Amino acid sequence: MSYDIAIIGAGVVGSLIARKLSKYDIKIALIEKCNDVAMGTSKANSAIVHAGFDALPGTLKADLNVKGTKLMGYLCEELGVPFKNIGSLVIAFNEEEMETLTSLLKRGEENNVPGLKIIGQDRLHEMEPNISKRALGALWAKTASIVCPYELTLAAAECAVINGCELYRNFEVSQIDFDNEQFTVKAKTGEEINAKYVINAAGIYSDFIASLIGDESIELVARKGEYLLMDKNLGGVVNHVIFQCPTKMGKGVLVTPTVDGNILTGPSAKDIEGKDDISTTSDELNMVRTYTSYSIPNVKLNSVITSFAGIRAHSTKNDFIIEPSKVNPHFINVAGIESPGLSAAPAIAEYVEEIMLDTMGKLPKKVKWQRTRPEPVRFRELSTVERRELIEKNPAYGQIVCRCETVTEGEIIDACHSTIPALDLDGIKRRTRAGMGRCQSGFCGPKVAEIISRELKEDLLDVTKFGRKSNVVVGKTK
Amino acid sequence: MLKYDLVVVGGGPAGMAAALKAKECGVEKILICERDETLGGILEQCIHTGFGLHYFGEELSGPEYAARFIEQIEQTDIDVKVNTMVLDITTNNDVIAINKDDGLMEISSTAIVLAMGCRERPRGAISIPGTRPAGVMTAGTAQRYANIQGYLAGKEVVILGSGDIGLIMARRMTLEGAKVKMVCELMPYSGGLTRNIVQCLEDFDIPLKLSHTVTQIHGDDRVEGVTISKVDSNLKPIPGTEEYVPCDTLMLSVGLLPENELSRSVGIYLDRITGGAIVDQYRETNHEGVFACGNVLHVHDLVDFVTQESQIAGEGAANYIKGKKAFSDYRIHTKGVNGVRYVVPQRICIDDSDQPVKLYFRVGQVFTNATVKVTRNGNVIYAKKKRKLAPGEMENIIIKPEDLQEFSEGDYLYIEVEG
Ligand SMILES: Cc1cc2nc3c(=O)[nH]c(=O)nc-3n(C[C@H](O)[C@H](O)[C@H](O)COP(=O)(O)OP(=O)(O)OC[C@H]3O[C@@H](n4cnc5c(N)ncnc54)[C@H](O)[C@@H]3O)c2cc1C
Ligand SMILES: Cc1cc2nc3c(=O)[nH]c(=O)nc-3n(C[C@H](O)[C@H](O)[C@H](O)COP(=O)(O)OP(=O)(O)OC[C@H]3O[C@@H](n4cnc5c(N)ncnc54)[C@H](O)[C@@H]3O)c2cc1C
Repeated sequence: MSYDIAIIGAGVVGSLIARKLSKYDIKIALIEKCNDVAMGTSKANSAIVHAGFDALPGTLKADLNVKGTKLMGYLCEELGVPFKNIGSLVIAFNEEEMETLTSLLKRGEENNVPGLKIIGQDRLHEMEPNISKRALGALWAKTASIVCPYELTLAAAECAVINGCELYRNFEVSQIDFDNEQFTVKAKTGEEINAKYVINAAGIYSDFIASLIGDESIELVARKGEYLLMDKNLGGVVNHVIFQCPTKMGKGVLVTPTVDGNILTGPSAKDIEGKDDISTTSDELNMVRTYTSYSIPNVKLNSVITSFAGIRAHSTKNDFIIEPSKVNPHFINVAGIESPGLSAAPAIAEYVEEIMLDTMGKLPKKVKWQRTRPEPVRFRELSTVERRELIEKNPAYGQIVCRCETVTEGEIIDACHSTIPALDLDGIKRRTRAGMGRCQSGFCGPKVAEIISRELKEDLLDVTKFGRKSNVVVGKTK
Repeated sequence: MLKYDLVVVGGGPAGMAAALKAKECGVEKILICERDETLGGILEQCIHTGFGLHYFGEELSGPEYAARFIEQIEQTDIDVKVNTMVLDITTNNDVIAINKDDGLMEISSTAIVLAMGCRERPRGAISIPGTRPAGVMTAGTAQRYANIQGYLAGKEVVILGSGDIGLIMARRMTLEGAKVKMVCELMPYSGGLTRNIVQCLEDFDIPLKLSHTVTQIHGDDRVEGVTISKVDSNLKPIPGTEEYVPCDTLMLSVGLLPENELSRSVGIYLDRITGGAIVDQYRETNHEGVFACGNVLHVHDLVDFVTQESQIAGEGAANYIKGKKAFSDYRIHTKGVNGVRYVVPQRICIDDSDQPVKLYFRVGQVFTNATVKVTRNGNVIYAKKKRKLAPGEMENIIIKPEDLQEFSEGDYLYIEVEG
């Protein structure tokens, strides 16, 4: 197959770029090595839309963060993605940290962040009654929000696909050739596609992808961050994103509600060997617990329902690298997209669009471009009347499969046949929340596996948790 | 709107026994809502024997035990709706439920019995670090694959937790041709019934490693192995004792959690230890007309006790419906101290009843040759020697009605172990 543009990596960055470019009348391929989109860092992060006072003024990070955050609310509404503008608080425990707040405020103002304010102890405790009594004050950023990062990625990719972009899954790029006219992008499996331009949005692997055309300029350090996710019954413990003052170690451990009403704490920060190690460790998780207890001392962290880790793609240049490669100007690097990469992603997509128009010249627009995608049914969020109507139309919505999160069989069937169908248990989980609750698929796992097997017409023996060889069962009983 | 005198949420052994008892006591319109395809609850999965020894005096399999109750229900005019999930209960005891055929139903009811059972604790609840591959699952999940769908969840299995489900699955997986390498138990004793340890582990030469836990999970796609470690007396892993055990499955049997979302949503007070509702001797919760029994109230190891307890709740609900019994607001509290982890019921209404009150309790550690004592204002009103008390076995004692007189509102009855 031959394309105008091949985008490597279906994370939030690659997917939003794909959506942005899909409004032009060109052929686009979105290439992903995993069994689904959003399988990299875009599914394992803090899910915060940062206000934009962290990055140093003048950097691409600062600029794109503030712009991206401005775009995010509308974008999520357009794509039907859970998003909540809850604001963030950086809390200070001593006078020195109060001064840090002042410098953060100043930096934020230089970055053009609106709605920043330093508040005192009384106001802080009024806003957050469970916060440590030792906290003296906080920097309140009203524009900070929370979002569902994998749903955003999926929605963006779906929108792109609806507009004609072709998604390749289980396509792990291992070789790229250039014959002066076009690239041949080859997968490990031998499959290949051709494209005139390549956009490298491979996250932590963008250094490797660049090296495939001989561009060795990108140096990434893999830095792991581990998290604890708490049960919904702890919901309401905090109402804002709560940060501690940044230290040399990083932004410190945060505590935040998620868009689904759970509480998330983390991340730790540790440089790692290799790029695939998303295992969690008891040392780092204990560290997360300890730091969390500084912010909210009286909250028992015993209702953990799961832990996970994500990998930051830290560039030694300390900034995003978004530019045509020096080796080949038809190859565009979008690399070193570490935090606030999620927040910046909508603006990164616009920035890349500009670069493409510069490189490719004026591009014809599609006559009809769909801005959005069909929003999935979310039974748990519907009113009694809406639920009743839905079940009347399709009785499959009357059968609850996941008890913890109230997910119906109808929603799971939908996910098996949506624009980008779920192919495995984790895919169903990210699309419907079946298995995301407190029992973590203990009850619904077998049922969901059965539905996947039925809907996708594959034997239960072939159903996986997340593709490759992650089969859920290993044989038949006697 | 549908109208019933009693709606029972959950059609496991608890829900069935409560409904039958209420019928026997003369309640007219009764409905059982069960979200699975059949009545029977967790029993439908338990095809091993060991049910009914106390209640029927014979050893039945789970489905056999359930079948006895299902048959009785069929002979009554109790309505049953399967594949029906109760989503909500309102403050005036209306029940919101859904299924494929009736759609969304609003059912008005005088009384409600909560019998939703419990679910297994997942990996996250005990925070085992490592990778997150396929092949980490609760014993109940593996059981579902095996019994209902006919699939084998793993070939080389390590089981964490020696609760009954874990023990029974150790035997089951072995019989199905899997190799169960070991059962690791964090505590220095097993949480399961002695008979299960003998019949499920010893008879198959499966090692039970006490004071051991899994400290890491390995493998990218499917589990490739686990690291186990010995733990000290504070249950912390001892560095240097790590051992790598290759396997393709880590099965968890690390406890059950009562399923109380519904209870919480109507504002029922829950006991921090049991995870279930706080109830009086009739199993009524703080929400008038709402009763609870079975595993949703506290985790039982024997279904026979579930049945007994649920009959109490069924009778309580019947009396409430008939207005026969003015439930007294005059209550005393029960409390487990010195080795007793919890007591159910947590409240006792002092009324004109001449019935004895049975208190169920569990200890927090193993005791041998100890005395169980019940005291009131410093006076011992009950004492009994016990050869062995273990956290895995639920105990009960009976308090005579005369011992409940002369209490004042809010007094405490302490249950403790000495020795
Ligand atoms: C711990 C942590 C916390 C964070 N918190 C926040 C936050 O709160 N707010 C915020 O704004 N940002 C946050 N970030 C940053 C944000 O998550 C990332 O910047 C963003 O997700 C990066 O998206 P991406 O699309 O570049 O990368 P990814 O999501 O990693 O996508 C890259 C994709 O490329 C694919 N790929 C790789 N190699 C190949 C190959 N050879 N062939 C084909 N496909 C390939 C991968 O499978 C992957 O799907 C956080 C990051 C971390 C690690
Ligand atoms: C694997 C296992 C092995 C066991 N082995 C033995 C043994 O050998 N011998 C023995 O005597 N005991 C054994 N037990 C214990 C005993 O079987 C249980 O304690 C007993 O089944 C609990 O009964 P229950 O009715 O409270 O709960 P369950 O049997 O769990 O029934 C609860 C029912 O409520 C339904 N429900 C829940 N929420 C809703 C809702 N919102 N709407 C509608 N329906 C709902 C559920 O689907 C379920 O069917 C074992 C238990 C397990 C789990």
